[in-house]
Amino acid sequence: MTDPNLSKIFMQTLIEDLKSSKIYTDLQNAAQIEITKPGVRLSELKKGVQAGLIHSYETKVTIPSNTTRTYQRTPSLSQKSSEPKLQYPVTPPEHAKEPLLYLRKAQHAWEKRILKSLNSMCTELNIPLARKRPEKEQKEMNSKWTELGVEGPDLTQIRPVYAPKDFLEVIVGIQNPNYHGDNNGFFPLWGIVQVPVKVKSINLLRLQYSEMAINQCQSGIDDSTDIPSELFDLDRIVNANHGPVAQEFSKKGCPSGLRATLWAQMLCVEVDDVDKLYYEQLKTSVLNHDLLVDSLLYKDVKLTATNDDQYFVFEDFLYQVLLPFSRDTFVLNHFSQNSATPPKSYIRGKLGVEEFSVLYPPNGVIPFHGFAMYVAPLCYLYNDPVILYYVFREIYTRYFYRLHSISSHHQGIVALSLLFEVLLQTHEPELFFHLKTVGCQPLKIAFKWLVRAFSGYLSSDQVLLLWDRILAYNSLEILPVLAVAIFSFRKTNLLKVQSYNAAEAVLADLTTLQVIPLIQLSLFSK
Amino acid sequence: MDWIWAGVQSIRNVFSIDSGYRLTDDQVINHFPNHVELTRKDLMKDENGRFIHLDFIPLTFMLPADYNLFVEEFRKNPNTTWIMKPCGKARGIGIFLVNKLSQLKKWSRDTRGIGIFLVNKLSQLRKWSQKTNFTPPTSKDTYVISKYIDNPLLIGGKKFDLRLYVLVTSFRPLKCYMYRLGFARFCTVKYNASVNELDNMFVHLTNVSIQKQGEDYNAVHGGKWTVQNMRLFLEGTRGKEVTDKLFDEINWQTVHSLKAVSGNISNDRHCFECYGYDYIVDDNLKPWLIEVNASPSLTSTTSSDRIMKYRLMNDLINIVIPLVRCLSDVRWNKIPQKEHLGYFDLLFDEELAQQDALNMDKKLGPGGMVRGRKDGSRPSPATWK
Repeated sequence: MTDPNLSKIFMQTLIEDLKSSKIYTDLQNAAQIEITKPGVRLSELKKGVQAGLIHSYETKVTIPSNTTRTYQRTPSLSQKSSEPKLQYPVTPPEHAKEPLLYLRKAQHAWEKRILKSLNSMCTELNIPLARKRPEKEQKEMNSKWTELGVEGPDLTQIRPVYAPKDFLEVIVGIQNPNYHGDNNGFFPLWGIVQVPVKVKSINLLRLQYSEMAINQCQSGIDDSTDIPSELFDLDRIVNANHGPVAQEFSKKGCPSGLRATLWAQMLCVEVDDVDKLYYEQLKTSVLNHDLLVDSLLYKDVKLTATNDDQYFVFEDFLYQVLLPFSRDTFVLNHFSQNSATPPKSYIRGKLGVEEFSVLYPPNGVIPFHGFAMYVAPLCYLYNDPVILYYVFREIYTRYFYRLHSISSHHQGIVALSLLFEVLLQTHEPELFFHLKTVGCQPLKIAFKWLVRAFSGYLSSDQVLLLWDRILAYNSLEILPVLAVAIFSFRKTNLLKVQSYNAAEAVLADLTTLQVIPLIQLSLFSK
Repeated sequence: MDWIWAGVQSIRNVFSIDSGYRLTDDQVINHFPNHVELTRKDLMKDENGRFIHLDFIPLTFMLPADYNLFVEEFRKNPNTTWIMKPCGKARGIGIFLVNKLSQLKKWSRDTRGIGIFLVNKLSQLRKWSQKTNFTPPTSKDTYVISKYIDNPLLIGGKKFDLRLYVLVTSFRPLKCYMYRLGFARFCTVKYNASVNELDNMFVHLTNVSIQKQGEDYNAVHGGKWTVQNMRLFLEGTRGKEVTDKLFDEINWQTVHSLKAVSGNISNDRHCFECYGYDYIVDDNLKPWLIEVNASPSLTSTTSSDRIMKYRLMNDLINIVIPLVRCLSDVRWNKIPQKEHLGYFDLLFDEELAQQDALNMDKKLGPGGMVRGRKDGSRPSPATWK
């Protein structure tokens, strides 16, 4: 920000943004109270009010320090509305979403395919995309809001729109038109991802994750020995209520008792009355309208979490998060950095007429098989559905949306898949070659892990330890690192397999793994 | 070394004087001669034949024998719900919740059904007592009635209880171990304390054999959630301190309940016992000991259940049969090496605790603490701490 013009624009945007925030109104109210106080002279109005504000408002001004951090986030991940519209150079909005044309096209084609299958399901089963619920039904649903799992809609005909497997096929099919397609070209990759995106080398990753080195104490492994003096520090960290501090601390993992607080701090989630009201509004819109995506979400929960011996107890929480989520138009904001575009639907009889288009579903996210697993691990931290909701929404719009849209971003699923393949090739060439020869491309197994951020594959405590690192390092790159580590760890058995099914069987049960030592092993021991 | 896994009847035969059978020095068996002491619902009593009155066991009476005592108590707290269970039956057979005496009346009419009972009106009970009155209290017809924990901790809106496995290798001195892989059993239906739901056993009873009959029963997980998951959830949502306190209390309660009966058990060195302890946690995170089973079900309902029970058996054998050859005799000191414990944690070893106390006395003079030491140098600590 050396250009004075630029910083001016930034300042303006920031001020605009602050004006619409809650601190602004709070401060304004406080200032008005200050003015009415006796002892404030007209001639020194500004000074007096400022002094009064600082004096009486000191505590409140320090508390929202975390809120201000919303504006300090790394630009790569959160070019929210706060990113000012610069006068120059003008980038077309679709470039901001995804600079590479062929990836943009691939994403577009993929979206069309999803929408088509959604529409064909509608026609096939003769159910509308949306319908208003009759009054009686609304009341009934409201009365059993906390036990929606008991009598859900009829789901026998509903099937998930797509599964990670279908998505992998699309990614494998992407070709860079600037390269010659033959295998003897100058970009020969052993793996199946053929998109030349730049990925980090192991040395860069080592630097990035240096706090995870073996000589550093990690929560969840080394914390059996209590050190009372550290407890003191912990309190200070928690009380600071400052995202970056929480992040720095969490790089070595969160203690299970403080994880809920630390995550909320890292994600800048502070639920106030306005948020509660907003959630109630979302709930009302769920009660008012029945959407086809509801059935998809129901079906997904029934197929995944309900049958999972770690998450089944949270079934009802999942509906209370996922259904309102589908109605939340705030989620649309993240599409400014997502290569995906929210799908459109048209009011009956007005197909193709732009004025009659609506975004469908309202939040623009069509759930796929396993979507509910993004929420499930969070249920171990938050017992209140409202907080659970906001934490999930923040994690999704910061990180997880990248796991199911095609982009060249270094944390997009394409780059993560490639990173996995490259790391495995470089560090376990023998294993990679063996698996490739017996017809089992490693990514075919690992892809579903990556798309779900390992949720549902690892045991619940391990998922939380892994997600600690996603939030703390502000990066999804830990996922392929772990995937490689798992392959290395089961190498002996994998080298013996002669078929895809056998390899899959070796890697079918990951619930016994301890993720942090595994990651340390593959990052730092070679 | 031989080991015998016997049912209740075989145990009786083995230990009966008439059979003339004596266990040899290299044989161990899975029950104590009078192992029912702690476990039959009507036998959780002390040396004087009274129910063990510990503040972590819900207030309990025998019916019809203690009827008058019960009525007295009932009048003190008329709005309490009571749970009635037949003696000597397991898996939720014949349990009722009673909160109106009229319900008890009804029960006495069609009594031979399955019946869990919640009582909260005395008239029901009186009627029942008149009807069954003063028939000699054979174990077949006797019931225990205990205060119902009507504020259980709910997770996901549902009630659950804990099934924990406790291995006892000796009662005098007491040596017991807690298994880490216990589980919580969930009801399939949302909990509702209202009186209308007293008859709905899917709300109140967590027994898998009951829940299995419900239409919402899920055969993949069988409503079982591991204790580790529960711990993770409690630490995440309530904090580590209270969670640790809860599990510490559970451990102490287990030790105390064993201590309370240890005088009554004929402590045979050929014997060991694997108890199934059932706890209910209330919404203040206080654990309540509900029941102790001497022959906990070892059949499995799900695949993870099977894995867990295999492990349980494996770890149990490693503890009761010394792995060191020269110790292959029941007279060994029954202090297994730490690395042979598997998923078992030492709960309490009286022998070691006494040694500790002696050492402590030497060091500190009289009044040294037995509990809560923080001395890492000792090879085998006497408790789980």
